[in-house]
Amino acid sequence: MRKTTLLKTLTASMSAAALLIGAVNAQAATKVGFVYVGPVGDHGWSYQHDQGRLELVKEMGSDVETTFVESVPEGADAERVIRKLAGSGHDVIFTTSFGYMNPTLKVAKQFPNVKFEHATGYKRADNISTFSGRFYEGRAVIGTIAGHMSKTGVAGYIASFPIPEVIRGINAFTLAMRKVNPEAQVKVVWVNSWFDPGKEGDATKALIDQGADIITQHTDSPAPLQVAEARGVHAFGQATDMSAFAPNAHLTAIVNNWGPYYIKQTKAAIDGSWKSTDSWVGLKGGMVKMAPYGSAVSADAKTAADAVVAGIIDGSLHPFQGPINNQKGEQVTKQGETVAIGELLGMNWYVEGVQGELPK
Amino acid sequence: MIRLERRSESSRAMTYLSPILALVLTLLAGIALFSAMGVSPSAALYTFFVEPVTTVYGLTELGVKATPLILIGVALSIGFRCNVWNIGAEGQLTLGAIFGSAVALYFYEVEGFWLLPLMLVAGIIGGMAWAAIPALLRTRFNSSEILTSLMLTYVATLLLSYLVHGPFRDPDGYNFPESRIFHDSAILPIIFDGSRLHLGFALALLVVVAGWILISRSLIGFQLRVMGNAPAAGNYAGFSQKAMIWLSLMLGGGAAGLAGVIEVSGPIGQLLPQISPGYGFTAIIVAFVGRLHPVGVLFAGLLMALSYLGGENAQINLNLPLAVTGVFQGMLLFLLLACDVLIHYRIRFGKRSAIS
Repeated sequence: MRKTTLLKTLTASMSAAALLIGAVNAQAATKVGFVYVGPVGDHGWSYQHDQGRLELVKEMGSDVETTFVESVPEGADAERVIRKLAGSGHDVIFTTSFGYMNPTLKVAKQFPNVKFEHATGYKRADNISTFSGRFYEGRAVIGTIAGHMSKTGVAGYIASFPIPEVIRGINAFTLAMRKVNPEAQVKVVWVNSWFDPGKEGDATKALIDQGADIITQHTDSPAPLQVAEARGVHAFGQATDMSAFAPNAHLTAIVNNWGPYYIKQTKAAIDGSWKSTDSWVGLKGGMVKMAPYGSAVSADAKTAADAVVAGIIDGSLHPFQGPINNQKGEQVTKQGETVAIGELLGMNWYVEGVQGELPK
Repeated sequence: MIRLERRSESSRAMTYLSPILALVLTLLAGIALFSAMGVSPSAALYTFFVEPVTTVYGLTELGVKATPLILIGVALSIGFRCNVWNIGAEGQLTLGAIFGSAVALYFYEVEGFWLLPLMLVAGIIGGMAWAAIPALLRTRFNSSEILTSLMLTYVATLLLSYLVHGPFRDPDGYNFPESRIFHDSAILPIIFDGSRLHLGFALALLVVVAGWILISRSLIGFQLRVMGNAPAAGNYAGFSQKAMIWLSLMLGGGAAGLAGVIEVSGPIGQLLPQISPGYGFTAIIVAFVGRLHPVGVLFAGLLMALSYLGGENAQINLNLPLAVTGVFQGMLLFLLLACDVLIHYRIRFGKRSAIS
């Protein structure tokens, strides 16, 4: 018993010391930590988060000091890394993958004065905010372009894991494509990985062989674009402007733009106005951006895509506006209604026009 | 002119000296590497090897990280001694995690002291069942357990993926691929207050002792060693090779399964699509760095765990890229294997004499 008390006192005084160090640091520079699930590399999910970090550094200069830890597995290791950042005087910590949700929660309990920002999760606390991009808005834009550009009326979709985020993207893409071409079909291949150039490339070949002349992906590697380039079909970049990998095939890309959010939240943490919130920001707030159109994009497609972007930004258009049918052709959302936000967050069904069965 | 000369018998001193020599060479190579990167070598080496364990919390984290490596490393090293190459511990670990989680989720919210032991046993059975497939294929059809056990790892990953996306998915989790968070009765007790060091570490130490007794003090251990070193002599003595294959794979599978269930009921606390960052594969390295000896494996597991913690530290404190950790681990293993040459060979300088 006595040992426990002693230990508790020791731990308490240690965290008091950590707080003190934190306070001293705050005067000099606010320390901001980032945890990435992949390597920084030169494209993709973690790369975009690092671009956001660099934007933060550029904006705030010597007012901030940033640290990142890359390729942190979403298992037992995440908690240690997050705790290490919290314990070494970081005032704001961005944990940038869904799998960091519970580890972030555990560490946040032990460090009430550190602000945590978790990407793509749904659990919050007094010192944890959550944030994510409304990437489905970007899917609606590329779906519109696909509708205009596809001659076969078949699009191929390289999907990672059957989670709501990915299913929402497939549905938004399909709805937008069928708005232009009501007969359009979307074929989905699940590669069960966020990054596997081999599998992604093979899936792309298979989809093209099955008649798809436009390829989109919810995975991180440029392999689908490279295959599309080689086979002379069109494709869209994911997370990063990937036109460098496929100058002819690349029509546009949905770019994850985290910088403005990182700057806003860090400034709020410094001036004391930081509050636990849930931010789901799309084209309007600039967290989702479209890369410049490739030279292959037709004038019609450009006009239509620009109209979708403008409509989403001014609120006159919602990617999940009714009427929406499910795969069986049953109407699930009526004319004039939109899919409820709760339904969007937990989406586990396909809209009409998606081929194949959703893996359960 | 430098050349190698075969020793008439392997050097006992070198068996123990070579890991130390390798470590020294790694440090020297590290100094060169960090100097070339423009980082102070002393600061870098301190950050890598010392700073992670300067706090009580750091030490406990070392234990948490090393637990699965030691558990699996000890069991694999026993199999490796009799030339049974179980490369699929990662898959067996996955099955252990699945079986243990199945028990935890079936008895969700049921309190009871019996739940954890039941989970641990289920995990061991899961790992053994997965290892039984290569054992059967090897003893029945003489198919290489290297291939079959490795391939089954991918099957295990897909099975886990199916379960967390389907039957084991948290019903309140917005369809995200995770199980419920286990309730208290299904979580391993913490053995050091305020840390994450759980009972699994104590179990790993017990396995080290048990492994040592088995390999050095039991008839079975003797049989395993004989079958490894001289299968013909073993057969002549009437030892069954099939029994040794089964035993090796069951030990490896059971320990990996135990490591799997310990991960999910210890530091993770739920079933996730990815529960191990490759412990089953890293344990192979740990087994060899530890000279296939249980006590050696204990130290090798701690060293390997330290290199991971050091890698995180180097990123946080010195902004060094993660790749440096990989280079470091690679150098250590490369130099260790290189130094092993000295066990069987001695270095001679000068020209080969005409007589030899």
